[in-house]
Amino acid sequence: MSGVPVLSFLIAIPLLAGMAALFVGAHAARWVALVATLVDLALGILLWRAYVPGGPQWQFVEHVAIGGPLGWSLGIDGIALMLIMLSVFLMPICIGASWRAIETRVPEYMAAFLLMEALMLGVFAAQDLLLFYIFFEGGLIPMYLIIGIWGGPERIKASYKFFLYTLAGSVLMLIAMLVMIGQTGTTSIPVLMVANFTPSLQAWLWLAFFASFAVKLPMWPVHTWLPDAHVQAPTAGSVILAGVLLKLGGYGFIRFSLPMFPEASAQFLPLVFTLSGIAVVYTSLVALVQRDMKKLVAYSSVAHMAFVTFGLFAFNRQGIEGAMLVMLSHGLVSGALFLCVGVIYDRLHTREIARYGGLSNNMPGYALLFMLFTMASVGLPGTSGFVGEFLSLTGTYRASSWGAVVATTGIILGAAYMLYLYWRIAFGTSMHADAAAMPDLDAREWWLLAPIAAVVLWMGVYPESFLHPMRDDVGRLLTRIERAAPPGDARLSTGAPAPALKAQH
Amino acid sequence: MFWAPLLPEFVVGTGAIVLMLVAAFVRRSGAITSGGAVAVLCAATVMLIGAPQTTGPLFGGLLAEDGFAAFGKLLIFLGAAVAIVGAHGWFAEMAGGDGRASGNVAEHGAEYPVLILFSAVGMAVMVSATSLITLYVGLELQSLAAYVLASYRLTDARSAEAGLKYFVLGSLASGILLYGISLLYGFTGTTDFSGIAAAFTREGPHSLGLLFGLVFLLAGIAFKISAVPFHMWTPDVYEGAPTPVTAFFASAPKVAAVLLATRICFGALGPAIDAWRQIVTVVALGSIFLGAIAAFGQMNIKRLLAYSSINNVGFALIGIAAGGREGASAVLFYMAVYSVMTLGAFLCILRLRDADGQPVEDLAAFSGLSQSQPGLAAALAFFMFSLAGLPPLFGFWPKLQVFIAAVHSGLIALAVLGIIGTVVGGYYYLRVVKILYFDAPTATLRHVKAPLEGALILLAALFVSPLGYLLIGPIGRLTGNAASSLF
Repeated sequence: MSGVPVLSFLIAIPLLAGMAALFVGAHAARWVALVATLVDLALGILLWRAYVPGGPQWQFVEHVAIGGPLGWSLGIDGIALMLIMLSVFLMPICIGASWRAIETRVPEYMAAFLLMEALMLGVFAAQDLLLFYIFFEGGLIPMYLIIGIWGGPERIKASYKFFLYTLAGSVLMLIAMLVMIGQTGTTSIPVLMVANFTPSLQAWLWLAFFASFAVKLPMWPVHTWLPDAHVQAPTAGSVILAGVLLKLGGYGFIRFSLPMFPEASAQFLPLVFTLSGIAVVYTSLVALVQRDMKKLVAYSSVAHMAFVTFGLFAFNRQGIEGAMLVMLSHGLVSGALFLCVGVIYDRLHTREIARYGGLSNNMPGYALLFMLFTMASVGLPGTSGFVGEFLSLTGTYRASSWGAVVATTGIILGAAYMLYLYWRIAFGTSMHADAAAMPDLDAREWWLLAPIAAVVLWMGVYPESFLHPMRDDVGRLLTRIERAAPPGDARLSTGAPAPALKAQH
Repeated sequence: MFWAPLLPEFVVGTGAIVLMLVAAFVRRSGAITSGGAVAVLCAATVMLIGAPQTTGPLFGGLLAEDGFAAFGKLLIFLGAAVAIVGAHGWFAEMAGGDGRASGNVAEHGAEYPVLILFSAVGMAVMVSATSLITLYVGLELQSLAAYVLASYRLTDARSAEAGLKYFVLGSLASGILLYGISLLYGFTGTTDFSGIAAAFTREGPHSLGLLFGLVFLLAGIAFKISAVPFHMWTPDVYEGAPTPVTAFFASAPKVAAVLLATRICFGALGPAIDAWRQIVTVVALGSIFLGAIAAFGQMNIKRLLAYSSINNVGFALIGIAAGGREGASAVLFYMAVYSVMTLGAFLCILRLRDADGQPVEDLAAFSGLSQSQPGLAAALAFFMFSLAGLPPLFGFWPKLQVFIAAVHSGLIALAVLGIIGTVVGGYYYLRVVKILYFDAPTATLRHVKAPLEGALILLAALFVSPLGYLLIGPIGRLTGNAASSLF
């Protein structure tokens, strides 16, 4: 596929379809959106097949100068490829989830979603600093509209909170970018990834980028916009928020903070680990007492994202690969959990946990899938959640054993709140007649949830498919940051095994 | 022909006089003068594009018809033409029902476009002035026309109040400016920009008399660009003046005044950059933050846009504070995009009418516009997001340019505060979008048919859309050349 600007197509298709959707009726708009996202998925699969693991670091590179310092520079490595796959995989599911749930202003809704997709793909593919920023910030506008127009009763407050929090974080990053451009005279991300800034400057730049990515990820204590946004957003909005938008923060760390400012990353490691540790324990406990299903899943997202930061800043292969897998897995699992919430919300129009119960009786198919995703969220071996969390915790242990101790409590607490949720919803007998009368999943809902379930199992059983494309890129990142890697406190050594005394040769 | 470089000004000036005679002798000549004025402005613009640019001073150093002036005049003429087009439809609509068809344009005197033409000549002189005398003459020609325009609606008390307020405060500012000019002349013995610059170099930037002159000069100009702390007249005048006049005030005169400030700072006061940079910095930050915070509670769209214009001038001033060719180029870029955004927003507002055909200014009445008139609401939302400087809209790029220029000049703190200002300002632009898109419809707005304005809105919306980024190259070359001619 050399020579074909496939990444541009990937971005252009949803963009054009979004514009087309504005000019057609509601039903046609749904189909336009579905077809466009499916075409993008197919294109994504082609991209994955054509990607050469172990080949050049940047593949499918495109560059067209636009004018001034800005250039249309695209290109992906394995890490970006995996996140692009996650986005194109979730988008058709989001459209499907909105098929009946969205009744008003459908063309605008579909256009906003398609614009969202184009911008997200742009973020992962951008190789120009300013282009990255434009895509990164641009995503705020469609999400603001999605929450504000089609959200729940508190949508206005939630949309403002989402917008202003993220904007405030991002502008600090913009300042850092301007300083970097001034220092190096280039806007090319691959060049900047190997540029060496002085450690004192690194610290400031790192903090500015951190402000943006920490809000986006989100990390404690700047996570408070997330529960509001999740609860108020329509189901598909929550899916895309949890599935892809949160990953922009992790992607930012792996693309900017670590390779561009290795010394500063090591210097601020205690900060990151402290915040992540608090996030794991605090948000898990908060999740435990939630009465609203969506809020519970939202808080669990914050806790899971803390595994990402733990892993990324562990400065070793297990940690970084684990963090990537946690991101992919969380994108699928939390997306699926929001869909599961959406399925019963569509039937009963409440998210209050106490209104449900005993759903395994009347909705066995739903209970089965919901259990799978619950287990994946808990991190049961055989599901995607386990692989990522295990690797990330291993990496954390090698960097800081106390960090690992705190992080591991997250697994226990995670099991507690997820199983408690599942127990209250699926088991026992229903207290309410309307909840007991809900029909099981219909064909559309099966089509939404079953593909995610399949990938969750695939990633749990054979994670190599997903690790393979990223291996070289993680290796490059490690060679870049190893000069700053802090010494771990774990004293793991192979030791000198005592010779077998009676060995016969 | 010694006056060949001045051809565009001559065309506009002669056109204004001829149209004035037409207005005096032909009844109901509103449509003729409007059309004629637009034609004159377009012709002048075409001449600008074809005109050979002289670099040296003309008329004994009174004017310089360089690239900088040409770029400024391009923006001014086009902005004025759009303001006339928007106004014609608006006044026709005000005259009751479908005024255009019946030719009943009672309120729309034929003098309106004539006044705008005179103002345009004044502005053209402002941007090409290289002497304090021509500067003052140009400024006053523009201002006197503007005072009359502000009080244009005889039947509206608010309009009269706006005109009076503008006149009194504007005269005060002119007085301050004149005082500064006289001080500078007294201490340097010349009114010529290059002579003043030479005096600053000779005397050093801390000569007390020169500093006084500089401060008064900048204060007078700060009033004209409505920068803090001389901004107080802006919301009242913007609110009181008829909406098409407000649209005009927010675009061409603003461009002219900012460009004038740029030429004075870089030309006449160039050697004293350390002296004026602190003033410009404080004024810029004050404008950004006041413009952002004071707009929070505004429920009148015109007042809101007045604060928006104060806010935006602050960002342009960051470019001036940055100094150098890059800073000047950023200012020009900023004003070019700003005039498109603000004219676009005002053209949208001009089309909003309630059921009785009265113009709608209350923001609450905009609620649910996205459902009754989706195209108009989308365009307005585009302009709001763009004025807020949010990517991927094009309004982001000029803001980025001024910040880059500031960082390159080492003014990182200024850039940081300015960028924080965009977040604060983002809130009220978002509020407009919230009212347009999130709120349920309340009032019924009438659908106004105006194909010409509609096409202009569409053009402006396309310009601020991400497609605008494709123009970075051409506009950047223009502004770069224009900025070079200052140095």
